Amino acid sequence: MPDLNINFAGIKAPNPFWLASAPPTNSGYQIMKAFDAGWGGAVWKTLGVPVINVSSRYGSINYRDTRMAGFNNIELITDRPLADNLKEIEEVKKYFPDHAVIASLMVETKAEWHQIIKDVENAGVDGIELNFGCPHGMCERGMGSAVGQEPAVLQTIVEWVMEVAKVPVITKLTPNISHIVDPGLAATRGGSNAISLVNTFKSIVGIDLDSFAPYPIVDGKGTNGGYCGPAIKPIALDMVKELAQHPEIQHVPISGIGGIETWRDAVEFILLGAGSVQVCTAAMHYGFGIVREMKAGLEQFMTDKGFETIYDFKGKALPNVTEWKNLNLMHKVVAKIDPAKCVGCDLCYIACDDGAHQAIRISKLNGNRIPEIIDENCVGCNLCALVCPVEECITMEKRDDGTKFKSWEELTIENNVPTSFDDELAGGKHHFVPTVQDALKFRK
Amino acid sequence: MAEFIRPKTEEEFEINFQQKKPLMNPTEAYFESSRCLFCYDAPCIQACPTGIDIPLFIKQITTKNLTGSAKTIYDSNWLGNACGAICPTGILCEGACVYNHQDVPPIQIGRLQNFATSYAIHENKNLFKIGPSNGRKVAIIGSGPAGIACACELRIMGYEVDIYEAKEKPSGLTLYGIAAYKITNEEVEREMDYLKNKLGLNFICNHPILEKFQLDELETSYDAIFLGIGIGPTAILNLPGEDKNNVIGAVEFIEELRKKHHEIKVPNHVVVIGGGNTAMDAASQSARLGAENITLAYRRSKSEMGAYGFEYKLAISSGVTSIFEAQPISIDGKDQAESVTFKRTKYNNGKLETIEGSEFVVMADLVIKATGQAKNSSILNLVEGMHTDNKNRIIVNEVSFQTTNPMYFAGGDAVNGGAEVVNAAYHGKMAAKGIEVWLNSFK
Repeated sequence: MPDLNINFAGIKAPNPFWLASAPPTNSGYQIMKAFDAGWGGAVWKTLGVPVINVSSRYGSINYRDTRMAGFNNIELITDRPLADNLKEIEEVKKYFPDHAVIASLMVETKAEWHQIIKDVENAGVDGIELNFGCPHGMCERGMGSAVGQEPAVLQTIVEWVMEVAKVPVITKLTPNISHIVDPGLAATRGGSNAISLVNTFKSIVGIDLDSFAPYPIVDGKGTNGGYCGPAIKPIALDMVKELAQHPEIQHVPISGIGGIETWRDAVEFILLGAGSVQVCTAAMHYGFGIVREMKAGLEQFMTDKGFETIYDFKGKALPNVTEWKNLNLMHKVVAKIDPAKCVGCDLCYIACDDGAHQAIRISKLNGNRIPEIIDENCVGCNLCALVCPVEECITMEKRDDGTKFKSWEELTIENNVPTSFDDELAGGKHHFVPTVQDALKFRK
Repeated sequence: MAEFIRPKTEEEFEINFQQKKPLMNPTEAYFESSRCLFCYDAPCIQACPTGIDIPLFIKQITTKNLTGSAKTIYDSNWLGNACGAICPTGILCEGACVYNHQDVPPIQIGRLQNFATSYAIHENKNLFKIGPSNGRKVAIIGSGPAGIACACELRIMGYEVDIYEAKEKPSGLTLYGIAAYKITNEEVEREMDYLKNKLGLNFICNHPILEKFQLDELETSYDAIFLGIGIGPTAILNLPGEDKNNVIGAVEFIEELRKKHHEIKVPNHVVVIGGGNTAMDAASQSARLGAENITLAYRRSKSEMGAYGFEYKLAISSGVTSIFEAQPISIDGKDQAESVTFKRTKYNNGKLETIEGSEFVVMADLVIKATGQAKNSSILNLVEGMHTDNKNRIIVNEVSFQTTNPMYFAGGDAVNGGAEVVNAAYHGKMAAKGIEVWLNSFK
């Protein structure tokens, strides 16, 4: 049985699945239920000077019949008095001494930071998370992402915090910045014990086509929200990777956040260097019980791979994430269609013909709809395999023998790359392209 | 004990004749439409006799453009709502759905089509524009699906159209010839009213065209005439005892049922003669009316039946018993039919013949003949120069649906000898275009 226990920057937890600071961690009641459901930790909904929230706070995008593929909120930090929260933190820690309870904090002045850190430590938190991320509401008041977007300010506040903090400090970053390394470095240089990312993306999740107002609509108006949910995972993964590969940051523990809903998502974050993962949207969508799929999946994965702890595979994908210039240009894959599995939807055909490289034909003889790959035209782009609705019908077959390697970097050193507009070395120089007139045969 | 309790009220009738393809609710339609793959050059379109852009109308349901979805459907098929409910989709669009090839249930195209068009009808959406008057007039004889489709198409091209209907209400077999568990009278009439109101269709009901002088008048008053006259009553079998009053035709039985619902009484022992879809409908519906023993008798083998497999299965699942290779010899009884005598059949040099000494008797206090319909030959003979084939079907050009008398166009069962509503809808639409091309040729 794999051991899911973690020690994240000194914060111990029975597993790496933590609830992110958000509506599901608004109260001790919710966190108690979550721990009973199997979550290993929880970051308490951000504490500070309590706010007043609007009614109508969330919006989402549906993809076909999938609800909440992307989720957006304009809710602010806690609207409950600090004392109430502190009392509940204390009670939760009595029931769950071995689970991680982390206080997310967002205040303005140095004095406030020092005071609230003392308060939450007295209540018994295992760690502190600094909320420099929220891209809505609080940033208008100089907090949240307004801090995260100013690395110098961020570093200063981290330094204030580190002056007094006795428990580990995690700095939570906003992704609403062009280069995530800048705030990552600032947090590191300020002495933060760990970094968590990403907070939500500044977003307009949709416009109501009758009232012409953005969702969520508050009395005919709306504002940008913070975007999260499955849709943001790819961007979050990239940002985690950016920090995990950075020489000056890579020693800092990272808590991965962004669109995690399944064990697979969690494993991906861990493979890119995350030492814990934080989840919000999935819990808001399915309730705390969703963690049982994540835990079971992670355990099965670790069993199958022979990993005993998550440290056996943490960061294991990082060496394989490189720059484009280092990729092997001699690598060659070609699509292969299994005619026995093909249903004849011909999506691969039209995707290739309209959206890629005209490397698929359909004979249509006797109503035959099974497409054929034109090997010599196929650039191995994967598109057909991606659009195919049938499991394992289109596969990408390796055609090179694996003995040759040539990267753009090497070609550049050898002076073997195209440099002029009509260069003979153009990669597509001799590749098949239909004539302009060939398009006319589709006219009706 | 029979499968169904005799319906004594309209409510009980509705329970027994529960719709096979009930209207979807919005959630169901949303999930079902989301499954569509949007195939390239989609097989479902090719399988639809009217060529509806099915992936498009389904996508429009997902994106909540229900009005646009209904428009896509009606652009190809003027009986879009009825066809969604009554088309044999399992052998048409849904049968062609690529999901079938991976043993995944096909998209429920018919019900989605019915859902989108029901919305447009219920909300009284404006999907069509009557064409500016072109001064031409066309007479349509018969208000079945072929005639309606022809009339609608002509209206958007700017024609004046008068539709002559022998019966009290328009719709033809859509209303009177479809099994009651496939579509309700109300639903048929709603679509008809919708088309009538939106396109200004002029129905002249209770007005059969049977005489030469009537045709002469029409020829003088109109630029072209469309015949959507269907086929006639159930054919005579020339069986001894066939004239007894509890021996009826399936077409007549189904029409009676659609008009009277629970008020129609079937006795306990019903024999249905025939192996086509109408025979299946008659047998299935007899069962739903509470008959205890329903025997379906077909003179050839099971594999030679004209009925679709799913229609046969439906009959059997309703409690019907089937007998194959049995030919009725006589209908027996004093005043009323009390039984049917059959002889076994076999093939001899490719010819079906009865086997001597193989007689057997099946009790029957109602005999339903579903053995094909006679032809409306009277009117056919009145039109000069209009040819029919050896099965008395009107011969038409397969693109223009023009008959050999150029002023006459025809479509539907009168042309194909009896097929689906969707086929008739296609014929009517094509004939309208044929009329336009023909009249334009005189310019």
